[in-house]
Amino acid sequence: MSDRPMIEVRDVTRSYGNFKALDNASLTIREGEFFSLLGPSGCGKTTLLRMIAGFDTPTNGAILIDGQKMAGIPANRRPTNMVFQSYAIFPHLNVEQNVGYGLKRLRLEKAEEKRRVDEALAQVELGGLGRRGAGELSGGQRQRVALARALVMRPKVLLLDEPLSALDKKLREQMQVELRHLQQSVGITFVLVTHDQYEALAMSDRIAVMFGGRIAQVDTPKQVYQRPVNRQVADFLGGMNFVRARIVGEAEGHIVVDTPGFGQVRAERPRQFAPSNGSATLGIRPERLRVLWDEETAKHQVSGTVVDRHYFGEITHLVVEIPGFEAPLSVTETNNFGADDIPVGAPIRLAYDPDALVAMAD
Amino acid sequence: MTAAADSARPVEPGVLPRRSFLQGEQAQGLALISPTFLYALILLLLPILVVIAHSFWTQDYLTIDRTLTLENYREALTEPMYRDLLMRSMAISFAVSVATVLLAYPVAYFISFHGGRHKNLWLFIIMVPFWTSYLLRVMAWKVILGYQGVLNTGLVGVGIIDEPSNAFLYNTTAVVIALTHAWAAFAILPIYVALEKVDRSLLEAARDLGDGPVRTFLRVTLPLSMPGVIAALLIVMIPTVGDYVTPRLVGGTEGVMIANAIQAQFGRAANWPLGAALSVTTMVAVSAMALVAVFILRAAARLAR
Repeated sequence: MSDRPMIEVRDVTRSYGNFKALDNASLTIREGEFFSLLGPSGCGKTTLLRMIAGFDTPTNGAILIDGQKMAGIPANRRPTNMVFQSYAIFPHLNVEQNVGYGLKRLRLEKAEEKRRVDEALAQVELGGLGRRGAGELSGGQRQRVALARALVMRPKVLLLDEPLSALDKKLREQMQVELRHLQQSVGITFVLVTHDQYEALAMSDRIAVMFGGRIAQVDTPKQVYQRPVNRQVADFLGGMNFVRARIVGEAEGHIVVDTPGFGQVRAERPRQFAPSNGSATLGIRPERLRVLWDEETAKHQVSGTVVDRHYFGEITHLVVEIPGFEAPLSVTETNNFGADDIPVGAPIRLAYDPDALVAMAD
Repeated sequence: MTAAADSARPVEPGVLPRRSFLQGEQAQGLALISPTFLYALILLLLPILVVIAHSFWTQDYLTIDRTLTLENYREALTEPMYRDLLMRSMAISFAVSVATVLLAYPVAYFISFHGGRHKNLWLFIIMVPFWTSYLLRVMAWKVILGYQGVLNTGLVGVGIIDEPSNAFLYNTTAVVIALTHAWAAFAILPIYVALEKVDRSLLEAARDLGDGPVRTFLRVTLPLSMPGVIAALLIVMIPTVGDYVTPRLVGGTEGVMIANAIQAQFGRAANWPLGAALSVTTMVAVSAMALVAVFILRAAARLAR
C-alpha cells in the first residue's frame, strides 16, 4: 500500500429530486488499500460505489481515479471492475466464458486468453471448473466466478457490492479471510460496500462509516471501533454503554468531563468535535468492563446488581444496574471464569480502564 | 403368525407402506389433468388423426373409399401446381415471420427497457387493433394499397409518382405486408416477455467488463432474449403458411397460397383425401422449416458469444 491516492471523491452530491442519496461526500482512497464503505441500507454507500464504477453520475462534485477525472467516461472505459451483489453471472455462458468475457474485447491470443482465465480461476480456487454451466454453481462458487471475472481484467480498482451478503455465515467468514488474502497478494485497491460491521472491521485497512448520505467517519477499523466520533457510529459498530457527561475542562487534545457514574474523567478530545452547550457523551464498550471475582480489587471499579443475563456460548452478556448510573451497563465476559453461572440478582463489581472511556459528540 | 409377532416386525427404513393405486398421488394427478387431457385429445389430436386418415383414402364423388393408398401424396408432391403453391406459401410465411420479428423486436425492446411506468399502457395500445375483426384489418390494407388508395394518393400528391400504381395491391408483397401487420402483436409479446426476464445487472456487468452498448446487446441481451425470438418466429411462421383469407383478399392471382388450394379441395373440387394429403404435406414442410429456423438462430446466438 502506498500513500498515492487512487480514488478521490470531491464534494460529491447525488440527488434524486429533493432526496439527497449522497450529500457533499469527500474522501480519498489510497492505492492498494482495502477500503470499506459501511452503513445501514439507504446511507448512500451503494450510490457512491456505482458512481465510482460509472453506473451513476454525481449531481455535483467530481470523482477522480488514478488522478484522472471520471466525468463523462462511461463504465466500460473506466479502470474499475465490479463484483455485483447478485453476482450477475451470465446464464448463457459457462464458467470459462464468464471469466473470459471481458478479455474477448482485448483480442488476445487464444493461448494467452486461456492462460489468464485459468490463472484467475486458480486464484479463486475454482481450477478445473471452467466447463461448468452457470446454472450448476453453488452460491459460493458463483461469488468466486464473479470475483475471477473482475480480477482477470487486472483493474486498478476492484469494487465489491455486498459480495458476501448472500452466503451463509460460515462460508461468509471463510470468504472474508480469503478476500483479504487475495487483496494482499494482488495488491489491487479494493472498495467494499457492506452493512455488516464485523465484515468491515475484519477485512479493511480503512472504513468510511456513512449515515443518511453523509460520511460520518473515515478511520482504521480499530479507530472506528474504539474512538467513534459520535453515538451513531459507536452504536452501529457494536454494543456501547453511553453515559451523558458534562464538560468541565478542556486541555490540549483532551477534555475533562464529569459523569454521575464514573466521576471526573479525562478523555481524548474527539475528532470533528464541536462542544455545544457544554455536554458530550461518554461511552465504554461492554467487553472493556471486567467482572471482579472474590477479593480482587481494581483501581477503577463500580459495584451494582446483575439484573439480566444472556448466554452466547463463548461469552455471557450481563446487564448490571449500578446506583448513580442513568441506565444499566452491558457487560460481556468470556465464560472462562464462570460468568455464565452468576445468578440474576447477585451483587457484582466491575473494573474498567479509564482509557477505554471514549468521549464523543452526542 | 400372531398379531403380536406381526407388529413386532421392524419396519424397513425407506420403504413406504404400499397403497392402492387409486389412493396414490399418481392417480390423483391423472384425475386432475384428465379433463384438460380429454379436451386436448378430442379437440386437438383427434382432428389431426382424422385428416391423416383421410389422406390415405380416396373419394369418388360423395363416397369415401377406405382402401389405403399413397396416390394422394404422389399427386400432392409431383403436381407442379401444388409444389409451387407450397414453395410460395413457405417463402411468404418465411418472409412474413422474419419481417415481423425484425419489426417487433425494437418495439418489444423499447417497451421493456424504456417503457418506464407505462409498460402496460404500451402493451394495451398494441392490443387495441386486435379488437376489430381480422377481415376488417385486411380490408384496411386494401384501402391503403389500392389504386385509389391512401398510399397512391399520397405518393401522387407528394409528386414521387405521376399516376396511381397498380403495383401495391394484389401481389405477394401485399400479402406479406398484411400478414406482417396482422401478426405483429403475437411477435411483440413473446419477445417482450423474454426481454423482461433479462436481469438488468447482467447488462451492467457487460458494460463493466468493457463492452459498449452495441456489443452488450449482441453478447448478452440478444442471446438471452433468443427464446422469445424463436417463439415469435414459430408463432408467426406456422399459422401464416396455412392462411387463406389474406391471399384471397389482397393476393390477387400471384399471391395464392397452399391453403387456398386445400380449401378448394375440401370445397368445390370435393376431393377431401387430396386436401388432407396437402394439409399433412404442408404440416410436415412447416415443421421442417421451423426446425431449420430454430437451429440456425441457436447457432447464430452461440456464435455471437
